[in-house]
Amino acid sequence: MSGANASPIGRSQQEMNTTSLIEAVTKHFPQAVAASHSYRGDATVIVRAEFLLEVARFLKEDPEMRMSYLMDLTAVDYSAFGKRPAPAFFASSGVAVGPSPEIPDENPWPGPPGETRFAVVYHFFSVTHKHRLRVVVPADEAAAEVDSVASLWPAANWLEREVWDMFGIRFRGHPGLKRILMYEGFEGHPLRKDYPVKKRQPLIGPVN
Amino acid sequence: MNDSFFTSRLDEAIGWARKYSIFQYPFVTACCGMEYMATACSHYDVDRFGAGLPRFSPRQADVLFVVGTISHKMAPVLKRIYEQMADPKWVVAFGVCTCTGGFYDNYATVMGIDTIMPVDVYIPGCPPRPEMVLDGLMKLQNKIQHQRTTGERAAPEPRPEILER
Amino acid sequence: MPIETTDLTPHSHSADLETRDMLLNIGPAHPAMHGIIRIVAKLDGERIEEAEVEIGYLHRGFEKMAETVDYNGVMPYTDRLNYVSPLINNMGYSMAVEKLLGISVPERCHYVRVIMSEISRICDHLTCVGASAMELGAFTVFLYMIKAREYLWELVEKVTGARMTISYCRIGGVKADLTADFPEWCRKAFEETRKVLAESDGLLTRNRIFADRMSGTGVISAEDAMAYGITGPFLRASGVDYDVRKDNPYAVYDRLNFDVPVGTRGDNMDRYLVRMEEMHQSMRIVEEALRQMPPGPVQINPETGHAIPAAEMVDLAKVGNIEAISGDSAVTCPTLEGSGRAQHASIAADEKRVVFPPKEDTYGNIEGLMQQFKLVMYGHGVRPPKGEVYFPVEGANGELGFYVVSDGTANPYRVRVRPPCFAIMSALHKILTGDMIADMIPTFGSVNMIGGELDR
Repeated sequence: MSGANASPIGRSQQEMNTTSLIEAVTKHFPQAVAASHSYRGDATVIVRAEFLLEVARFLKEDPEMRMSYLMDLTAVDYSAFGKRPAPAFFASSGVAVGPSPEIPDENPWPGPPGETRFAVVYHFFSVTHKHRLRVVVPADEAAAEVDSVASLWPAANWLEREVWDMFGIRFRGHPGLKRILMYEGFEGHPLRKDYPVKKRQPLIGPVN
Repeated sequence: MNDSFFTSRLDEAIGWARKYSIFQYPFVTACCGMEYMATACSHYDVDRFGAGLPRFSPRQADVLFVVGTISHKMAPVLKRIYEQMADPKWVVAFGVCTCTGGFYDNYATVMGIDTIMPVDVYIPGCPPRPEMVLDGLMKLQNKIQHQRTTGERAAPEPRPEILER
Repeated sequence: MPIETTDLTPHSHSADLETRDMLLNIGPAHPAMHGIIRIVAKLDGERIEEAEVEIGYLHRGFEKMAETVDYNGVMPYTDRLNYVSPLINNMGYSMAVEKLLGISVPERCHYVRVIMSEISRICDHLTCVGASAMELGAFTVFLYMIKAREYLWELVEKVTGARMTISYCRIGGVKADLTADFPEWCRKAFEETRKVLAESDGLLTRNRIFADRMSGTGVISAEDAMAYGITGPFLRASGVDYDVRKDNPYAVYDRLNFDVPVGTRGDNMDRYLVRMEEMHQSMRIVEEALRQMPPGPVQINPETGHAIPAAEMVDLAKVGNIEAISGDSAVTCPTLEGSGRAQHASIAADEKRVVFPPKEDTYGNIEGLMQQFKLVMYGHGVRPPKGEVYFPVEGANGELGFYVVSDGTANPYRVRVRPPCFAIMSALHKILTGDMIADMIPTFGSVNMIGGELDR
């Protein structure tokens, strides 16, 4: 029962490190990859939206990559990035106290991917090769639509529904895109930066 | 109120019988459920108060323990369960999320179930320790004892103005 | 998949008997649904043909609230994600932010976090197995397991101060060191837990009714499990040997010897057995960690300094008599026990911009006071560099990942929790298909759906 079951799906000695992962993807899809980095050791590639399905299929089926898991699928709304003020304590009394400097970084992060408002972030993992890859797909606000990878990984079904619910990004080819965490009468997409935290839309009871 | 010796004695007797035979409907949603389980089990036994048998049907229960955060999606379900219960019924708001919404002051949470139904006992805490739950249960029992068979009970304290926004 | 209500086509099972499918709505207010799941099942007699699972009844906006508070302020919200094993969530979040900051905590702190996480994991498995046994009618096992959980919660309370929602970890360390009598109390608690596990094993594993209801039901194959993103005991019961503690080791898991139980059939019985064995392995990890961890803080040398009451220390500091208190430690109230100057070096990273100073320094000298102010003032506080990071830990249900994006200000820009039971629930409609209605209860019990994590 415990430990050493020699199952075919198990630990393997092969492992690609972050640079070789990024290189493999960039070599196969030179036009698809807009940028890449490995901030804090997480291999990340920024892929243009029209190439997403091809890259995803490659990641799943290529024997060097074998990304058996779509671990996570989420989105980030970059519309308020870098715009939040850092208030100074006692600003009204004239005492100007500057905020602490950030912890410095030798290899800083390149910044939000592209100029688009949203970025859809995919985290992949391979059980055979034990490597991880993050794929970031920028999505514009006006045409917030990205291809669905639910045909490749059924895990994407509910994850994409959640991104639709929370951010309003549509997924082309999704079997049934409807709200999952909020209720049907809810208007708006809560995790967007312009949705106020306390704006309630109760089904029954007062708007408290 | 026209109280004869016999009706008030009868009310007391029925109140005594009711308070020691509570059939609770534990409407458990979230983290407070773990402390509810701890209170109901051997260490902090709630059965010695006569309240040890949960009935998972609103038709058969008399105390609705609302345990855990109620979101706006769940609120209509909770209201329906409350309406399906037969009189006499009491409601216990268990945990601060049901009392006032807790620290989830956002788009998804009902800020206190007393906005949608009358509550008899509030047990704050995140989650409340089992001792607090038992104290709340004893307060509820006190309230049940003093309720008349005609259904009259002491009027609940009005919701403080500071909570209205 | 949504079920069309007009699709109740009549079947003809025999020449003169016509049947129709029935739609049964189970939940959200249902005891076995743990209160917050709704399953709409299309039944052909007792057999489930299709099931649609609806979630979201406990959505509390964790990710939105995390953007409104500062980095340490997210800690209580993470407690309430998987509320049966809160220490694992705490640890995952604080390790993610520490990865973003690029700092590392002292070795003893790693050991303390590992010990508390494993105790939390045992609590989670006790609750899961106990609750699912109760739903099958074995109420006694539930009572026994909650009794064992109470011993563990007493242990957790000694160290963290609270039973369940503990907010124990901090960015850059933990709140307080283990108490001096922790190994002794831990030994007693584990003795009781082992007794309970032995009793429950005797009551359940070879019990005819339990075995019949659990074996062969709720089967999922390894390929399906991976395709749906399932990890943790659910996956390991199907035969895939993936555990974040072994394959992506974090903290000090690579120095500890433990086994990871892997099943074969992927049914409910295997999941129950995997969880029971994991509890034994967790106890093994804690005992080994207690032996291996570097020793606690050095005793204050009585010649150079001694312990004085905290109020006296503050009074001396106020009049500027710093030399009199420079080597002393303060006798504080029980809330601050374990987080004094003597223990500070072993429980918190050496990074002034991230960790709070010990109270003796906050009240005793101006540098400590400044450090404290810079961390609590609105708009200041822990300010990681701009960046994004993903950090997975092994939660009780599987891979619990935190994806944190920072824009350099005091509030996180985006905190995403990758919930392990979300993946399992998304596969539930497939697991239930083909089983009978009564098999739904053990299957759903073995999912260990925790609403706080599923709906966040």
